[in-house]
Amino acid sequence: MTTLFKPIRALMLCATAALPLSATAQDFAGETVEWTIPFGVGGGTDVWARFFAPQLSQTLPGNPTVIVLNVPGGGSITGANQFHARATDDGLSILGTSASTQYPAILGDPRVRYDYADWTAVLASPTGGVVYADPKYGVTGADGIDTLRAQEIRFASQGATALEMPVLLALKMLELNIRPVFGMESRGAGRLAFERGEAGIDFQTASAYLNSVVPLVESGKAVPLFSMGVVDADGNVSRDPSFPDVPTFVEFYEQAMGAPPEGQSFEAWKALMIAGYSLQKMIVLPKDVPEEVLAAYTDAAHKIVEAPDFRERAGEEIGVYDQLVGEEANTALQNALTVDEDIRTFLTDWLSEDYNVRF
Amino acid sequence: MFDVALSALGQVMTVGHLSFLVLGVMVGLIVGILPGLGGIAGMSILLPFLYGMEPTAALGMLIGMVAVIPTGDTFTSVMMGIPGSSASQATVLDGFPMAKRGEAARALSAAFTSSLLGGIIGAIVLSFAIVIARPLVLGFSSAELFMLTLFGLSMVAVLSGRSLTKGIAAAGLGLVIGAIGTAPATGEARMTLGIDYLYDGVPLVVVAMGLFAIPEIIDLLKRGTAISDSTPLGGGWTKGLRDVLSHPWLVARCASLGCVIGALPGLGGAVVDWIAYSHVVQTSRDRSQFGKGDVRGVIAPESANNACQGGALVPTLLFGVPGSGAMAVFLGGMVLLGIQPGVTMVETRLDLTYTIIWSLALANVVGAGLCVMLARYVARLTQVPFVLLAPFMLMIAMFAAFQAFRSMEDLVALIVMGVVGVYMRRFGWPRPALLIGFVLAAGAENYLYQAVQFYGNEWMLRPGVIIIALITVVSVFLGLRFGAGVSSEGDSDVTDQQTRGRQMAFAGLLIVVAAFCIYEAVGLSFLGMIFPLIIGILALAGAVGVAFRIRQGRVSEIHDDDATAAVEGRWSGRETYLAVFAALVALVWIIGFIPAMAVFFPTFLIVAGKTRPLLAAALTAGAVAFIWGITWAMTLRLPQGLILPLLQ
Repeated sequence: MTTLFKPIRALMLCATAALPLSATAQDFAGETVEWTIPFGVGGGTDVWARFFAPQLSQTLPGNPTVIVLNVPGGGSITGANQFHARATDDGLSILGTSASTQYPAILGDPRVRYDYADWTAVLASPTGGVVYADPKYGVTGADGIDTLRAQEIRFASQGATALEMPVLLALKMLELNIRPVFGMESRGAGRLAFERGEAGIDFQTASAYLNSVVPLVESGKAVPLFSMGVVDADGNVSRDPSFPDVPTFVEFYEQAMGAPPEGQSFEAWKALMIAGYSLQKMIVLPKDVPEEVLAAYTDAAHKIVEAPDFRERAGEEIGVYDQLVGEEANTALQNALTVDEDIRTFLTDWLSEDYNVRF
Repeated sequence: MFDVALSALGQVMTVGHLSFLVLGVMVGLIVGILPGLGGIAGMSILLPFLYGMEPTAALGMLIGMVAVIPTGDTFTSVMMGIPGSSASQATVLDGFPMAKRGEAARALSAAFTSSLLGGIIGAIVLSFAIVIARPLVLGFSSAELFMLTLFGLSMVAVLSGRSLTKGIAAAGLGLVIGAIGTAPATGEARMTLGIDYLYDGVPLVVVAMGLFAIPEIIDLLKRGTAISDSTPLGGGWTKGLRDVLSHPWLVARCASLGCVIGALPGLGGAVVDWIAYSHVVQTSRDRSQFGKGDVRGVIAPESANNACQGGALVPTLLFGVPGSGAMAVFLGGMVLLGIQPGVTMVETRLDLTYTIIWSLALANVVGAGLCVMLARYVARLTQVPFVLLAPFMLMIAMFAAFQAFRSMEDLVALIVMGVVGVYMRRFGWPRPALLIGFVLAAGAENYLYQAVQFYGNEWMLRPGVIIIALITVVSVFLGLRFGAGVSSEGDSDVTDQQTRGRQMAFAGLLIVVAAFCIYEAVGLSFLGMIFPLIIGILALAGAVGVAFRIRQGRVSEIHDDDATAAVEGRWSGRETYLAVFAALVALVWIIGFIPAMAVFFPTFLIVAGKTRPLLAAALTAGAVAFIWGITWAMTLRLPQGLILPLLQ
């Protein structure tokens, strides 16, 4: 492929050579950027990266080749560790992370050798999700909370510290009797369990919900309860633009409990939402990259998300969420990962008590 | 439905669409032939083309690639005795002995014809099933899937050869190795010995390469001839074709099996070939030649594994839940093209679905055709002195193993599994049984845990579970009654009685491993403990049983390929080769993959193969250029070594 583009690239270079360039401008001409994705091919994060990779190539100065390197394992810990150990500071190594990279870092998983404090984010993609239930309970909203509490409801989940962590916490705050079944290979497998009638409650992120659950809702096989909402950096929760008609968890809680959520568990829930959903997937670079490299990436990210047809090309996978770019993304990241010690303790205590997770 | 199918066919038969499909098929064949590479590597080649492509043409290209992986991988299985991908493990059992007998062409042509027919049957079944398959996929819950893994494990009864005890012990060991890593229910680390690499478990490709590739390479080197020890039989081509045509029902049965197994998300392609193989053994009258080069042992798995891809498309398209590893990749490609899987694929996008199905059928035809053209030339490799091929095969095996996690530990694990494989072969332990145990370990535990969590103890009373349980019982009965003839590890002779001490020592090693598994299990929480405890006890019982029976001098348990050498107080050469291979891994670790190969190739060819330096140099250059080219083209990685990063 690259050989094909070389002549084109050479022509472009000739064309740009005539233009005066500032002395510090970064140029990646002829270089290859290696984008580590700590997940397997075909998964959500991989598809997200492969959507952005060609656009990064087009918008970075000098149009470097951007290759996606999949390093699966350990729920993304393996690949992130490897990046931490090997990444170069010249802007040719970048990493894509997801909620399952962020959560173990917050919880202090012993296998984690990376530290987000060493990294800078240049782009963050948020997502949202919806919790929905089996219509057999006859519950359509928060007013039926007592009916739900009377049941032991199974929830098919990938694991206690996976993407579903804030969902498990939200269901606990609602005092529902949830019996999670762990070990699902993906959220898709969890949805299958729901469709089989094995699980009574389920959760899907935005694109999967719109594609696979909305038809179920329309045919009367599923009832949406609440969306996780969009949580901003100050902890304000607003309705999710993907599902403007579905109440957020906070609204649902208030209606069910008669008072808005508060206290340590709510603070912990917000922290998990900010770290795992408001910035679900991120492009990060090592913090020590030269300023001009960072500027080049920030600039490229701006160009990508501000392109007039970005929304249209992004499709459902990226959704309607506003992408965070450059300084904005990085500030949000540093905030998200500075979790108070007592919130961390609350989380680890809850996970060990309810699900025997060991730290 | 039919008019949609026809208009989709019209779209598929355009020049533009066909050329992309052929491109996909070419890539699929290449990654199929190279062991350790599968749909994932193929995807990384094709992805750059996807952008801006017309969706139906792009789907054709992706399907073309995915469909023929189980066709191309047959080359490796038949010619080298190495599973070319997880879908052709069982093909090795009879395909490789046929190649050794000089019947490589016959085995290949039988395999490609079966692949072609199986693939087309798969596409036909898919085209009707896709509209009605929703309840079927939903009907198989975790409980039925667990029973299916037990059914898969019951194949051990067929594949154990002369000694069922050894089969049970080997399967137990496979389950134990498969249980290494994180417990699905609790996330606890099990038997990881504090090594990070083991957290995700040992990769399948490493186990398969270690068990099959390393022992076969060493064995052929010891023999010192070409792969085929006889002159090629004429007319192999048409013979293979006639073999298939004379077993139409076998092809139909195995293809149907493949479709059904493929359509159940979670079981996947790694088991389907074993199930088909066991099926053919159980339903054949004359079983004397299985494992020694019976063509039916090639036809069965090859019909099933191509059909499996058709089945695997069902859950992929209908639910967005991939039916196999390659399908996970295909799913990612669909999403990139902006096509969302789900009910809509049948309700509103039926045209796309039929485009996929037609492409699947066509790809199988094109793929099999290309393989037939290639096979004439490839079959001649069996006549080349093996010592020239050995370094190449070793390089491919190491390259394949490294693609698992791309860490040096992959290669260390390969050598460890290689040692296990070499001694299993020497002492007559059925390696397929270990592989089956390993492949099914994760599924067995996960589905059992889920079944109990979802249904309590009632899971056993589900009609589906009871039906599969009955099938399993019948299968075990048939296997015990008729499976004794299938031996993948050769026959024994009188001298073997004299080296009982060594054979006991190997059984003792298994006892230690099983005991360690039990010891580790006891320290865990209930949900993390129960599975390793059960399989540890199973492996322990099997290994202790074997040790006892060896002591009693039972002929069925006694086996030692190297008995003659051992009695005379010599090393047979296996250990020497193992040491050389281990040294090569150490060299790779220090100076990197390409430099290590550049050193190893000429050294090995000149010292062991006594080749002329000029030829050795040419072969080295060719091999290094090949591996570098593949790595570059597929944006893969090779071990860098310790020294290179220091120089930078």
